[in-house]
Amino acid sequence: MLKTFPKGGVHPPENKLSAQAAIEVFPIPPQVVIPIAQHIGAPSTILVKRGDMVKTGQIIAKTSGFVSANIHSSVSGKVSKIEDVVDSSGYKRPCVIIDTEGDEWEEGISRDASLNSSIALEPKEIIERVLEKGIVGMGGATFPSHIKLNVPSGKKAEYLIINGVECEPYLTSDHRVMLEQPEQLMVGIQIIMKALGVSKAIIGIENNKPDAIETLNKLAPSYPGVSVEALKVQYPQGGEKQLIKATINREVPSGGLPIDVGAVVHNVGTAIAIYEAVQKNKPLIERVVTVTGKSLAKPSNFLVRIGTPISSLIEAAGGLPEDTGKVINGGPMMGKALSNLDVPVTKGTSGVLIIREEEASRKEIAPCIRCARCTHVCPMGLEPYLLMTVSKNSIWEKAEKNDIMDCIECGSCSYECPANRPLLDYIRLGKSKVSQIIRSRRQS
Amino acid sequence: MWLPILYFVAQKFKVYEDPRIDEVDEVLPGANCGGCGYPGCRGFAEACVKSEDLGNLYCPVGGNDCMSSVAKVLGRTAVEKEPDVAVLLCNGACSLRPNTNKYDGAGSCTIAHNLYGGETGCQYGCLGLGDCVRVCDFDALHMDTETGLPVVDEEKCTACGACVKECPRNLFELRPKGKKGRRIYVACSNKDKGSAKKIGCDVACIGCRKCEKECAFDAITIENFNAYIDPQKCKLCRKCAPVCPTNAIHEINFPPRKVKVEKEPALAETSSTTSVQSEGATEVVARKPRVKPESTDAPKPDPSSENNPS
Repeated sequence: MLKTFPKGGVHPPENKLSAQAAIEVFPIPPQVVIPIAQHIGAPSTILVKRGDMVKTGQIIAKTSGFVSANIHSSVSGKVSKIEDVVDSSGYKRPCVIIDTEGDEWEEGISRDASLNSSIALEPKEIIERVLEKGIVGMGGATFPSHIKLNVPSGKKAEYLIINGVECEPYLTSDHRVMLEQPEQLMVGIQIIMKALGVSKAIIGIENNKPDAIETLNKLAPSYPGVSVEALKVQYPQGGEKQLIKATINREVPSGGLPIDVGAVVHNVGTAIAIYEAVQKNKPLIERVVTVTGKSLAKPSNFLVRIGTPISSLIEAAGGLPEDTGKVINGGPMMGKALSNLDVPVTKGTSGVLIIREEEASRKEIAPCIRCARCTHVCPMGLEPYLLMTVSKNSIWEKAEKNDIMDCIECGSCSYECPANRPLLDYIRLGKSKVSQIIRSRRQS
Repeated sequence: MWLPILYFVAQKFKVYEDPRIDEVDEVLPGANCGGCGYPGCRGFAEACVKSEDLGNLYCPVGGNDCMSSVAKVLGRTAVEKEPDVAVLLCNGACSLRPNTNKYDGAGSCTIAHNLYGGETGCQYGCLGLGDCVRVCDFDALHMDTETGLPVVDEEKCTACGACVKECPRNLFELRPKGKKGRRIYVACSNKDKGSAKKIGCDVACIGCRKCEKECAFDAITIENFNAYIDPQKCKLCRKCAPVCPTNAIHEINFPPRKVKVEKEPALAETSSTTSVQSEGATEVVARKPRVKPESTDAPKPDPSSENNPS
């Protein structure tokens, strides 16, 4: 039997429309908009000014704190403006706008496609390189990777878990990366293993990607310590805590981190970005983005420079269909609807999903009938109906007592609710309020 | 048999409480709104009894009458304060601030605010989902279905500050009620640059500084491309409002302006006064007409229309 996490979960229609579409290199856009807050943590400090000439791969904003990341120019050209632009957060935030002129790369970056499998750098140097090249988690959460590579003193990493699950319906970017760059992925895993000092790495892949499992299984024997684990198709298998439970059968304690149980989880995209940073000296300036949707003419996977407007990706995939209801940044379960299509692709943009009008709108909210389906599907073992009610009535102490902070916001409860109740909306509200309360309590 | 034991326990564990707390509690309004900053009226009464003077203590609901009764009970002197009222620092009604997208999530401003910039081109303005209405204990806030904005009923508003705390976009301000209820304020909180604001909203303060130049009392300051009228310095001379190119400055409870142009059509005069009404709430917002009529054959203004409608 295939391994999986024991509690809850749902199985929405997979709809992996673009699974067979090979990654296409997207043309360099005439202008890129690069937000300086593309990662979790403090926004970076801008290093360039209006009128500056920049090269592809040149650093344009540097890390401004412990949890922060460097940002590099994804094109060569002239900085035309530095101003507030609406990004995928739905708010105006500072961005560096660069007008493209040619494609001249920064010196020292190797654009040689050949595989370089000998790891010359020492663990410390690897971490420094990852920090310098602005690598962040590419699964969507965009947590700066160098922090995850630094094992805190007193803790010991035993397993590296590579997340190739891609449990979100529709999305196929990780799938294509595993199929098309398996060797780079393997070397990337070796680099992370060296940095962490672990001897075992497990690549977790959902069983709906048999070709990727086969490809990696063939390669695995030549890379010591790496194994591939096929997992049951069940959302949210790709959740960090769920993946750890499924692969090594350990449970991350409430409020804890994976390192507390000796595990470090990285996404396949991140592993390849780390490979490119360490072996090719290349910063994170492009990523694979799935552009998909049932009505879309040509669901595709593109290798896109950071800062390319999402509207141009949709154009390249056949244009916006007439029956479009919503355009979602990310997958259908955890993605966020965009209010503006000129939003740029960032380090965390894994997909652009176009949903038809009939599927896009929310249905009428009915009263809770206490069927407990939300409780049944919650992968964290919480009681979503209760958390929603206490959040709606501002009973924050009770929300905290019922472990609202353990919610991973997977949306299984809202997906399953037969009364169409906005469970996750209110749980998110509760989470933000409770985290504020916890923070102010720590300060005082 | 139990009686002596109960009596003994009651005597033994008696907690002494200043009897004046009860007396003060008696004269307080009993709304338990927390507007004074204490947990309910009882907490406020305790604070009043404990404090040396009543300087920092004020019950916004009861007002000066209530505070003088408290002072009488305690034998101290109360500090007189001008009554405040909540005002909404956004005037982006549906027609003036067109929607650019549709929000269909849960009906709560805080949820929408945490999610994104909102349904319109202004990411600072009112979201119109009514968190403030739900939090008001005094029935002083109502949503106007036409404008999509909450309306403050100044008769009922006690300036408890619940809406100020609740609004995720900090759109409420407590301002002095003013003489005869008259007050002037800039109904905009947008911090964008002027050009960006104009795209999103017709009535945004664009930070042009015209009002700042017009003001003879230095009451107007511009910060983040947004004008602010200091109610302490403002003398209610009304000179700032007509120069505002976007009608962002609100005049409340003033008589309509006297028209200087001799031949002004009476129609424009009446339409310049927008009456915002909802369930007993009436707030008269005097505004200058958006477009100055130029026709010369219009009838003479009716002198009665220049009178104060109240």
